[in-house]
Order: sequence, then C-alpha cells, then structure tokens
Amino acid sequence: MSMSTLRGAFTQRILELAKEDKSIFTLATDSRGSVTLGDYAKQLPEQFVECGIAEQDAVGIAAGLADAGLRPFVCGPACFFSMRSAEQVKVDVAYSHMNVKIIGVSGGVSYGALGSTHHSTQDIALMRAIPSLEVFLPSDAVQMRCLTDYLAASNEPAFVRVGRGAVEDIYAPGTSFTVGKAVKLAEGKDAAIIAAGETVCRALKAAQMLKNESINVSVYDMFTIKPLDCEAISEAAETGFVLTVEEHSIYGGLGGAVAEYLSQNKPTRMKILGLPDEKYYTGTSNEVFAHYGLDENGIARALKAGLNA
Amino acid sequence: MTVNELKQTANQIRADAVTMIHDAATGHTGGAMSAADILTALYCRILNVYPDDPKNPDRDRFFLSKGHSCEGYYAVLAHRGFFDKKELATFSRAGSRIIGHPNNQVPGVEVCTGALGHGLPVAVGAALGAKRTGKGYRVYCLMGDGEQAEGSVWEAAMAGANYRLDNLFAMVDRNGLQISGSTEDVMALEDFKAKWQAFGWDVCEVDGNDMEALVNYFEGEHAKDKPHMLIAHTIKGKGLPFAENKAEWHHKVPSDEQLTEAYRALDVKGASFK
Repeated sequence: MSMSTLRGAFTQRILELAKEDKSIFTLATDSRGSVTLGDYAKQLPEQFVECGIAEQDAVGIAAGLADAGLRPFVCGPACFFSMRSAEQVKVDVAYSHMNVKIIGVSGGVSYGALGSTHHSTQDIALMRAIPSLEVFLPSDAVQMRCLTDYLAASNEPAFVRVGRGAVEDIYAPGTSFTVGKAVKLAEGKDAAIIAAGETVCRALKAAQMLKNESINVSVYDMFTIKPLDCEAISEAAETGFVLTVEEHSIYGGLGGAVAEYLSQNKPTRMKILGLPDEKYYTGTSNEVFAHYGLDENGIARALKAGLNA
Repeated sequence: MTVNELKQTANQIRADAVTMIHDAATGHTGGAMSAADILTALYCRILNVYPDDPKNPDRDRFFLSKGHSCEGYYAVLAHRGFFDKKELATFSRAGSRIIGHPNNQVPGVEVCTGALGHGLPVAVGAALGAKRTGKGYRVYCLMGDGEQAEGSVWEAAMAGANYRLDNLFAMVDRNGLQISGSTEDVMALEDFKAKWQAFGWDVCEVDGNDMEALVNYFEGEHAKDKPHMLIAHTIKGKGLPFAENKAEWHHKVPSDEQLTEAYRALDVKGASFK
C-alpha cells in the first residue's frame, strides 16, 4: 500500500493549475514549509503572498484579493485558521461571499505531542456552522487532488482540513468525486460506518476485521461535510446502526452532522466515536488514535459494542 | 463638484443619515456625522466609481472598516446613484438590505463590515491585487479611532508597508471618542502619528471636517513606495449642536425636536429621500 500526504497532493496540483490560471494565488502565514508550498513560492512568486504569522490578516488579505478578481487559497495550520481567524472566515469570506479557499493543514491531532495549542479538533464544528461556507475533510491524496480541481473552478468559499502525515492511498489515481456525494467503500447489511479524513482507511480495515468475524458493515467516506450527503446517511441508517468515526471532538463534527439529520428524519441507533471532551492524551498521531480507540481495533470494538447494546 | 457644493452635499448626507436613524430608532449618530465630509469628498469627487456598473474591475475600492457609520455611507452611495434614494427609508426595517452595518448585497459595498479591525486587511489584499495584476486603481479604507485597539489593524499595517502599497489610502476618523468615553481614557492611542510612522506609513494629518483640506490631501502628491495614512481630526456628532463631542451620541437616537434642530443647523430642508 503506497502512502502520500494530502498537503503534498494539494500543493503539487495547485502549482499545476496556477501555472495555467494566473488568477490563482496562494497565501501562507510563515507556513510554506508546513504546507509544502516552497516550490510554488519559488516558481510563481507573483502568485504567492507571504503574510507572516498573522492568520487574521491573511484571511482578510485573501478576501481583498478576491475583491480584486483573484482566486486566493490561504494555507496554514488548521488550528489557527479555524480559531484565530474564525471571525475573518465568517465575515470577510462567508458572510461577504468572497471566493476564498482556506486550506487548513496538519488538522486534527496531526501535531500529536505538540499539544492542544496545535490540535484542531473543533474546526469542523466551527466551520460547518458558518452559512455559505463549504467544508471538506478528504481522506487520501487522490481525493485531495480531485478536490483541488473542484476548488480552483468553484466560486464558493470553502474550508478544507487535511492532516500532516502520509496516509494510505484508498482510491485509484484518477478517481473522480462529486461534492455532496459520499463514497460507499464497503457493503454490508449489519451496520454502517461513516468516516471522514484519516479515519476512513482505519474504518475500512476495521470492516475487514469484522468481516472475518462474520459481521458485515458498510463503510462511507463522507469527505463532503458540507454539503452533507443525506441520501447516503439515510441509506446507512437502513442497516439499523450507524457508527461515525472522526478525528475531531465528539461535539459538533461529523457525528453531530449525521445525528442532526437522523434524529430529525430517520431516528436510528448510533454511536459517535471521536475525541472526548477532555484534555487530550498526547503522543504521535497514531498513538493518540490508538489511545482513544480511533484506530481499526478501536473502531471494530466500538461497532461490536454498539451492535450488542 | 466644487468644494462649496461638496460642503452642501455633506450636510445633506448628514440630514439623510440622521433622518434614517430617527425614523428607524436605531443607528450610530456620532460617527456618521464625523465621517460625513470624508465620505462626501471621496464619493462625490475623488473615487473613480461606476454606479451603473458597480463591479467594474477598474473601480477604486472603498472599505468602511468602521462599519457602524453606515448611515452616511448608504446615503452617499444612494446620492451617487448606486441605488434609489427611496430605499434609504427602509434602513434597519425587517427584511431590508440597508441594515445596521454595511452589507455587500447593496450595490457599491465591497464587503460586509461591522466587526472592527477587518477593513484594513481586506484593503491590503485589494491593493496588493491591483499591484500584482497591473491595475491602476486606488484602495481606500476608513477606520475609527477606537478601532485602533484591534490587533488585526496592526497586522495589516505591517503587511501594507511590507508590500509598499502606495496605492493604499487608509484613514482614521480621529474624533477622539468611543462608546465608553475618550479614546485616551479607554485605551490610549497617542502618540498616534508616531505609531503609524514607525510602522512605515506615509502619515498626514488634516481637519477631517474641512472639505478643502480633505480635497487638497486626496488630490495632492503622495509619497512613493509607502502606504498612506490620513489622520482626519474630526468632531463626533459634527453638525448637530446637541450631539457634538458627546460620547453618549455614539448610538443615541434623536428626538423629533432634535431632528428639526438638526435640519436647521445643517441648513437643509429635510431628508432628500422623502
């Protein structure tokens, strides 16, 4: 299984697109290293803006560039863009409906042992509550590349969260995706797992483990947090039990979005697996996942517990 | 428009704004009055704007960062023909787009403002966009003095100087008062000019209620390779004898009698949109 980073997939694709479309700009907050925008900045200096360590300013500048008719992508750690500059995202971008894309890298607990100053585990809750802002949580590099094409062509403001480390490729190169449509990756009648971002590959592995125990579960990749694919959620609910899995607080993220839909339209037993409401255990990203049962073993365990409850 | 015509227009803008506030029983009287001369000078003489084609890519950009002073802004936009003056009568009414802070669903308004400290970063982006795309337009941004306590203002001050945005004209409506009292008592700004100079800006000071001084500043020569800051010394509530230099008029609403007194003091017959 090959591994790739989503940030690398983004920066490679956005460089290709920006060479063809001079209106594409990228902005960094002393983050060209963490985003991997170094090549872009060297090759297209006139389409690159260094904003310094100033996320509020960066998002405002991006809105101004959009007002000048350009297509800015603001890139930096998700933890800072979703909180420090949340008001700029709300007012300058979404409320003003400016064509700005926010690429939040090293999201979730990617920064592991750096602690919760650098974790972004409330970003989905915050961003998806902002009207007219699309929110995406892609699961692998192939999907990120396709999403980058969409973002470059779209006139809608959007927030995208990607992780830091390399993740296993889930999709074959060239696979296409549709905004608003989740991807069904496994078919099973006993239960359904809805995952997003770096939990998708782990959910798939958990489904394989469960299959060996004759428990057949469906797995959905809900990369499109907003617009949400309610048809897919409804289909998942047909199994009678839905487990959501996310690298995010158990409050207000993917699980919250699924629960909002199901509780009001198709009440279904479900379990929200995510990061608890506490000061987090720290370690590498994988160690944190394992500690909170967000790895394949924990996902399989939670699903069996839910089915037996 | 001549300076005398601009002065008369500014008073009509004041009368329209104070009428909107009176009729809606809500609004920010003090700041709308102090900024009326600046807005009138810009929209009626200085700005290259296209009321029939508000999104023309070559337009000058204006951002009202002190968004609470929106009444005069809407009035001057209507006066310039961006929308029908009659719509001013809907100010802050249910369902209106003429709401209590600038709303970019209104033709001529670039972005929604009202949360302080947002305008200058956006203006920096628009000015940088002009530089990078070879456009000749200018970018203007009017801030409040109380607003200067927002850290994001100074992030943008650094960026504007870093990118040598000499097409960027920032202004501060230095009326000296904010909602709780004097700016120097709430969060001292002085030595204010030195602060902006230290950030690398070309700084000028004028009487911001002196139309001739404003026009001379905007039409004069400006330093190259630096962004420009105009500290416009104004009187909060300017033109309304009962409101001048009184902090409580930040968002006080005039009575019927005060509205009549305002028209008399401004030497206008009444609101132009009625």
